[in-house]
Amino acid sequence: MENSILKINLIGLASLLRKEVNRIFRIWVQTIVPPAISMTLYFVIFGSLIGSRIGLIQGYPYMTFIAPGLIMMAVITNSFSNVVSSFFSAKLQRNLEELLVSPMAYITIMIGYVAGGMLRGLSVAALVTLVATFFTDLSVAHPAITILVILLISFSFSLAGLINAVFAKNFDDISIIPTFILTPLTYLGGVFFSVQMLPEPWQVIARFNPILYMVDAFRYGMLGVSDIPVTHGITIIVIFAISLFLIAYYLLKTGRGIRD
Amino acid sequence: MKALELDQVSKVYRGEVHAVKAISLEVNEGDFFALLGPNGAGKTSIIGIITSLVNKTSGTIRVFGHDLDKEVERVKSYIGVVPQEINLNAFEKAKDILVNQAGFFGIRRKEAIYRADKYLDLLQLKDKQNQISRSLSGGMKRRLMIARALMHDPRLLILDEPTAGVDIEIRRSMWAFLDQINKDGKTIILTTHYLEEAEALCRNIAILAEGTIIENDSMENVVKKLQREVFVITFSEPVKQLQPFEGMSFMKRNMLEVEIEMPSLSNLNKLIGFFDTQKIQVTSIRPKRNRLEELFVKLLDQKKSTDGK
Repeated sequence: MENSILKINLIGLASLLRKEVNRIFRIWVQTIVPPAISMTLYFVIFGSLIGSRIGLIQGYPYMTFIAPGLIMMAVITNSFSNVVSSFFSAKLQRNLEELLVSPMAYITIMIGYVAGGMLRGLSVAALVTLVATFFTDLSVAHPAITILVILLISFSFSLAGLINAVFAKNFDDISIIPTFILTPLTYLGGVFFSVQMLPEPWQVIARFNPILYMVDAFRYGMLGVSDIPVTHGITIIVIFAISLFLIAYYLLKTGRGIRD
Repeated sequence: MKALELDQVSKVYRGEVHAVKAISLEVNEGDFFALLGPNGAGKTSIIGIITSLVNKTSGTIRVFGHDLDKEVERVKSYIGVVPQEINLNAFEKAKDILVNQAGFFGIRRKEAIYRADKYLDLLQLKDKQNQISRSLSGGMKRRLMIARALMHDPRLLILDEPTAGVDIEIRRSMWAFLDQINKDGKTIILTTHYLEEAEALCRNIAILAEGTIIENDSMENVVKKLQREVFVITFSEPVKQLQPFEGMSFMKRNMLEVEIEMPSLSNLNKLIGFFDTQKIQVTSIRPKRNRLEELFVKLLDQKKSTDGK
């Protein structure tokens, strides 16, 4: 073959990533600014106004305690929504065919979209972290765990966005998961509270929520405190990431929702 | 060498709709090949299968000798496709669309920019390169899609009704462009509803109906199969009554126009002489409709009557 498969995939990936980055920053008013504003409001209302009346949680002021959860919430929602909207609009406008007729491997296409989602999730996370530093002193207790967890979660929810987009047939379908599943699970996933504050049986029920493990592991990375052993959290996150990766790859490979 | 070989290719949608029924077809390298058929004949499904946008149900496809199932990346790199529906990213700039598409085929950015400039120029879109595709006219979008399909210099170009909704002037310039790239060596497969387009451009033709091929021959042979043709004759002044010409009756359209059905390749001098002797001045003679259209209708009628039996 005139062009090696590897070269095609590397250049193709770079092109797709450039396209995704251009998209994110072309519509920065929709992609970057709103999460920064809403997170600032969370810090002002929950952290500063209400939080000042709450005592220490796990040895930290409330504002500091919720900061990792809010960063995680930004990563989850932005990674997810970037891929779901980008992939679905490409499917709807049928310009996804530009990729499907190309010799790029399906896994490369998947990585391109996921990398775009991660880039937005992490960019917004950086912005939220910056906002947080205006309200509280933040330090990172375990940098390696913090980076590992944030990357895995951004990766996982980008994949989840891709899976949602594959199945979506209209715009309602891309808002159902974030509205009715992602947002409730995130709010109930320990962003604003420690799971130990919940009465029984809610402490047990809360442990079925995967986002609880994610927020908790990230909080451990940043603050060094957690409700659940961090190894449990990371194991759950890794299983979650691998499962979503395999599902997304299978869907693209078989053409579910995008071919036929 | 065969540019494309389809062997017993079938497509059944959701186990119910048989869009393509065991079609076998060959297209030679360098050919300009027409794929004709009414809506729902299976043309777009066939193109979808060849370009990997549709999963086939059965059969084998080879492109320049390479099996689509075994060497999908290689086969994809040989094909450029212009789909029937506009499928450009509405918010991307024309030039970015081209450069990105080249990237998806492994072409480095510097070379991609060079090629984008070349095709924008050739397809008269240079001054629109920084406009988002949504702001382009229908004809410009069609030309941009042709440019996009050519960015990786495919050996086989497949065009699914590329001039739909395009005005005559632009259509003619697109024909000239396609004719030129075919002469330069590119194999082209064209589906169109503009049957004169196929007749003007293509050397070989396959006619599809209800998922099967009902005719596959050279354009010359297919046109020869037409035995009769209808002409519309316009007079300078109203004509009240006309005698039959060589036993063939005229059918009145209005006071200034009549129709006559004649054997194909008839000597029209005799017809003009006939009017001359009757002191009737003829201002124009034109075929009533496209000859291929006539054949197309005839073949479909034949198929329906065969199926009926």
